[in-house]
Amino acid sequence: MANKRPDSKGRFGAYGGRYVPETVIFALDELTECYKSAKKDKAFKKEFESFLKDFVGRPSPFYFAERFTKYLGGPQIYFKREDCNHTGAHKINNTVGQILLAKRMNKKRIIAETGAGQHGLATATVCARFGFKCVIYMGEEDVVRQRANVEKMRLLGAEVVPVLSGSKTLKDATSEALRDWVTNIKDTFYIIGSVVGPHPYPMIVKDFQSVIGKETKKESQKRFGKAPDVLIASVGGGSNAIGMFDEFIDNKKVKLIGVEAAGHGLNTKMHAAPLTKGKPGVLHGSYSYLVYDEDGQVMLPHSISAGLDYPGIGPEHSYLKDIKRVVYESVTDKQALHAFKLVSKLEGIIPALETSHALAYIIKAKKKFKKNQNIVICFSGRGDKDMDIILKSDS
Amino acid sequence: MQNRITKCLDSLGKRKLLIPFFTAGFPSIKMTEEYIKAAESAGVDLIEIGLPFSDPMADGPEVQYASKLSLDNNLKLKDVFTMVERIRKYSDIPLLFMNYVNPIIAVGEKKFLTMAANVGIDGLIIPDLPVEESTSVKEIADKVGLSLTYLASPTSSAERIQMIDKITTGFIYAVTVAGVTGANKKFSKKTDDYLKMLKSQLNHKFVAGFGVSNSNDAKRLTKYSDGVVIGSKLIQTIREAKTEKSSVLKIEKFLKDIRKTLSLAKRK
Repeated sequence: MANKRPDSKGRFGAYGGRYVPETVIFALDELTECYKSAKKDKAFKKEFESFLKDFVGRPSPFYFAERFTKYLGGPQIYFKREDCNHTGAHKINNTVGQILLAKRMNKKRIIAETGAGQHGLATATVCARFGFKCVIYMGEEDVVRQRANVEKMRLLGAEVVPVLSGSKTLKDATSEALRDWVTNIKDTFYIIGSVVGPHPYPMIVKDFQSVIGKETKKESQKRFGKAPDVLIASVGGGSNAIGMFDEFIDNKKVKLIGVEAAGHGLNTKMHAAPLTKGKPGVLHGSYSYLVYDEDGQVMLPHSISAGLDYPGIGPEHSYLKDIKRVVYESVTDKQALHAFKLVSKLEGIIPALETSHALAYIIKAKKKFKKNQNIVICFSGRGDKDMDIILKSDS
Repeated sequence: MQNRITKCLDSLGKRKLLIPFFTAGFPSIKMTEEYIKAAESAGVDLIEIGLPFSDPMADGPEVQYASKLSLDNNLKLKDVFTMVERIRKYSDIPLLFMNYVNPIIAVGEKKFLTMAANVGIDGLIIPDLPVEESTSVKEIADKVGLSLTYLASPTSSAERIQMIDKITTGFIYAVTVAGVTGANKKFSKKTDDYLKMLKSQLNHKFVAGFGVSNSNDAKRLTKYSDGVVIGSKLIQTIREAKTEKSSVLKIEKFLKDIRKTLSLAKRK
């Protein structure tokens, strides 16, 4: 079943598709063809895996969070340590894959959008490594709140373009990247950072991120002699979650939980929780849950975590929600901040604010789980980039 | 199907289509109506009314600016429908909506299209709804009598151009250059060749849009195409005018000048 999604039109059930200007269609067709041939090419697979191993540092650790487990006093908590990857998050798995596709297609120039800066950083990194010109679009608000990542991207040779329109965050950075792409479509490859956008992106990004779930499955087998009981991941666009879940979708015994950003609360307008509070609509090329008003205007989202600060969600998540295969929950800024600090102190690992949402959920919901259950949390990234926000929230 | 657009196209003769684009609610819905009146008296053939959208990914800075201002002023869809109803009391000029697909989804495809047809809209252009995704919208459009204009692009394959020609009702919108909307684009021999190719391939009439800023552009692009769409340049003109009153006069003069360049040939 997992391999049958999406269908040939890029649909996950009703969701997905290609809602893009005509100019872009040829590039999506070109990418679809290239990916099809790359997928069959053993040399491509070998090169991808070799970069994941030697450049990214995979497999990532599978870590028993002993003191956090003890603190919770319930289920056994493991972290799948994507924060240990080169550049500090899961994002690099996907950018390594896509840069190899760009190379295969003889593109000269790379563009990307970024929220927290982790995808921008991962893109700038592979562009440096493979010698591509790189332009990163980043909302002005994020440029300010994720300063360190901006400096890193520039050091790596990327041009970081602050986006001043709309919410000045990920949503508008994505629109601006799409505008660049439609203008420079012949020689530019757009590395999308999550399982969003028009087909084939949600499929390609899922495939490149699915290494997270594959390693988790292997390691769980070794440690528990079976699959984990529960997987938890935060969802913004949803790439770390899909990457973690995909391998387990068909195994109904594994409970899958995605955690959205409730921002100031689900009863306010300041959240980024489309699966909980939205309805199906179209943004950035695909049909999926989205937060918008009665006229179809997309709501300005809010989350303390720049990586989750997005009003939409990958189309496959919408499908998984509708068929009830994944349960989507949410936690507030406050709860995420608390988890950030708590886990830093208990485990000596500073989680990204995105990851902190998954951690906050288990703190909130610990009583729902039994002591003998093994829970693996996708530790999507590290929190160094968030220090400015944390210090500000303390003052 | 017959509506004001098909009638206009059928009676075109040697005339070239001049189509202005106005963002609804920029700078106010009252002014949008004034610009539409001015455009009609300047001798335009059809008018595109842009429905502002929060995330206009196919648009450049001018349309983004106008859309944002309109939404910041709290423009609602119902205000636009009401304006069209008012216009229909005194004018029979063909009117199209140019809008992104999400507002249609929000209202409901059937409800949106039926409402549009009922108030007197004649056609739709939906830049983020390519042929493959448009099946249900097309079906409803046919039923309620709305023309559906599809876009062709310099990157469209020959096969796609055939597909677009087959499905379009009304006219086709040829994007002049790969990119977003915006004034002052540079047209090259490539643009001419592309329009020439479209002329030889298409059964439908087609107009050129994106970047048309002056009479020279209009003349050049209509050598092969059946008309031009002008949008961003009008927004610029409105922004540069000192008063609302002078903006209306400027729009009328600008469009009159282009009309002259495109020949004043009467409809059949």
